[in-house]
Amino acid sequence: MGEAIRFHFNVDGDNFTSAGQASVQIKKNLRQLGVAPEIIRKVSIAMYEGEINMVIHANGGDADVLVHEDGIEIILEDRGPGIPDVDLAMKEGYSTAPDNIRSLGFGAGMGLPNMKRYTDSMVIETELGKGTKITMRVNF
Amino acid sequence: MKISTIKELLGAQAVCCEEMLDHDVKAACGSDMMSDVLAYVKNQALLLTGLVNAQVIRTAEMMDMICIVFVRSKEPTPEMIELAQDSGIVLLTTNMRMYEACGLLYSNGLGKVGEADG
Repeated sequence: MGEAIRFHFNVDGDNFTSAGQASVQIKKNLRQLGVAPEIIRKVSIAMYEGEINMVIHANGGDADVLVHEDGIEIILEDRGPGIPDVDLAMKEGYSTAPDNIRSLGFGAGMGLPNMKRYTDSMVIETELGKGTKITMRVNF
Repeated sequence: MKISTIKELLGAQAVCCEEMLDHDVKAACGSDMMSDVLAYVKNQALLLTGLVNAQVIRTAEMMDMICIVFVRSKEPTPEMIELAQDSGIVLLTTNMRMYEACGLLYSNGLGKVGEADG
């Protein structure tokens, strides 16, 4: 059994324009590893939505992608405000994003639901005032 | 439908990656909300949008789309053009509105999301 291959990214919280750079990069990395296109698409969309969330709500954070033998794990960790009501946040269409974010094409309340849609498992650990950690897995 | 046909039907200008006009797209989606675009993965290869920022290009890249049409005469920024060139995504601009552009492509046989294979 080989060690997982790990990719680490800092997600810059100051700049909405650069949000998504890590997802574009991971897409390239997974392609180089020869991962199937369908898997790459799921991983990169889930990570992209997560990255956008971290920029909108938490002033950035850390993203780690681990390539295991049987699947890919994505860990997103921020030191933002935390999610007060996870069930509500998971509802499609529910959003706390400010209006200026909506004019940028996001904040439709689809971020977390999309992340769940494209992954085989998603675990949200969140603490108010401390931050949020989201662990997702896409199985091969 | 070839991208060159789409360009012709919409009276569009190509901004970059013109060498890909020969490529075929089987389905399209039109939206200004990127999360809605990200919610429905099928093999749509064309995005029509009135939104102009770098996230439009990244969204298309995440979805493996190969062409973006900017409606209502919206012009992509130099930064967006650079991102699109890096990713091999054709950018087109048309002065048509979203409803008109989508309707024209649909009535000429370009399917909606879910009708394309796989």
